[in-house]
Amino acid sequence: MSLINVFDIAASALSAQSQRLNVVASNMANADSAVSADGTPYRARQLMFEARMLRPGSIAPAVSVKGVVEDTSAPRLVFDPKHPLADAKGYVSYPNVSVVEEMTNMISASRSYQINTDVMNTAKNLMLRTLSLGQ
Amino acid sequence: MLNRLNTVFEPHERALRLRAYRSEVLAGNIANADTPNYKARDFDFQAAYRGAIGQDDLSLARTHAGHLGSSASTAAPSWLAYRHPVQPSIDGNTVELDAEVARYSENALRYQASLTFTSQRIRGLFSAIQGQ
Repeated sequence: MSLINVFDIAASALSAQSQRLNVVASNMANADSAVSADGTPYRARQLMFEARMLRPGSIAPAVSVKGVVEDTSAPRLVFDPKHPLADAKGYVSYPNVSVVEEMTNMISASRSYQINTDVMNTAKNLMLRTLSLGQ
Repeated sequence: MLNRLNTVFEPHERALRLRAYRSEVLAGNIANADTPNYKARDFDFQAAYRGAIGQDDLSLARTHAGHLGSSASTAAPSWLAYRHPVQPSIDGNTVELDAEVARYSENALRYQASLTFTSQRIRGLFSAIQGQ
């Protein structure tokens, strides 16, 4: 029954998009964290999505999160000589989080999430109608 | 008699099965709208339906009693083709979300139409049995 598989596929997308929202929230919350757990400034994180078949015989792939990558671009330097973390030239390293990029990421993730819930809902209605066939 | 019943329901049953397949393919496209290098897939419903009706079954021919049969679902991926995108995106993804959602809704509507035809058939047969 392939309509059941629609649930699995849409659920995988919901899970992937909610993880993406999580990463966006973490990036936004730490946009000004000059020190992270290892002493260096926080680095922006991004998710890598991958299309993967849930079962060997299935015809359409679901989404899975392949991994989290850290943005390796240079930190944002702010001149503030009185700051305790300032280097010899008076610059403080702040995270390389781009707030504009994170906002667009968030909008894209929430839109995809909504569409996948609609897909699931439609599949559910179709299955309910199929169950009531002949009544 | 059972054979006759089978021919009454067969066209709609095949259409329903193909519609369910297509909804799975389109759900896969929608789910992978943000996956880099994912290529959107779909199949020509008309051709697939004709193929399903023309052949009695999608399983392999069994010319010897010792041959194993194959399930019909293994034939499904051969119909699938890649979509030509109107606006391919820069990360190599060819899913156009609005078009896919429109196709998914259309497919759901046609699935419901097939369901309605089937239930009308069932109702017709019921009234024939009751003879009222």
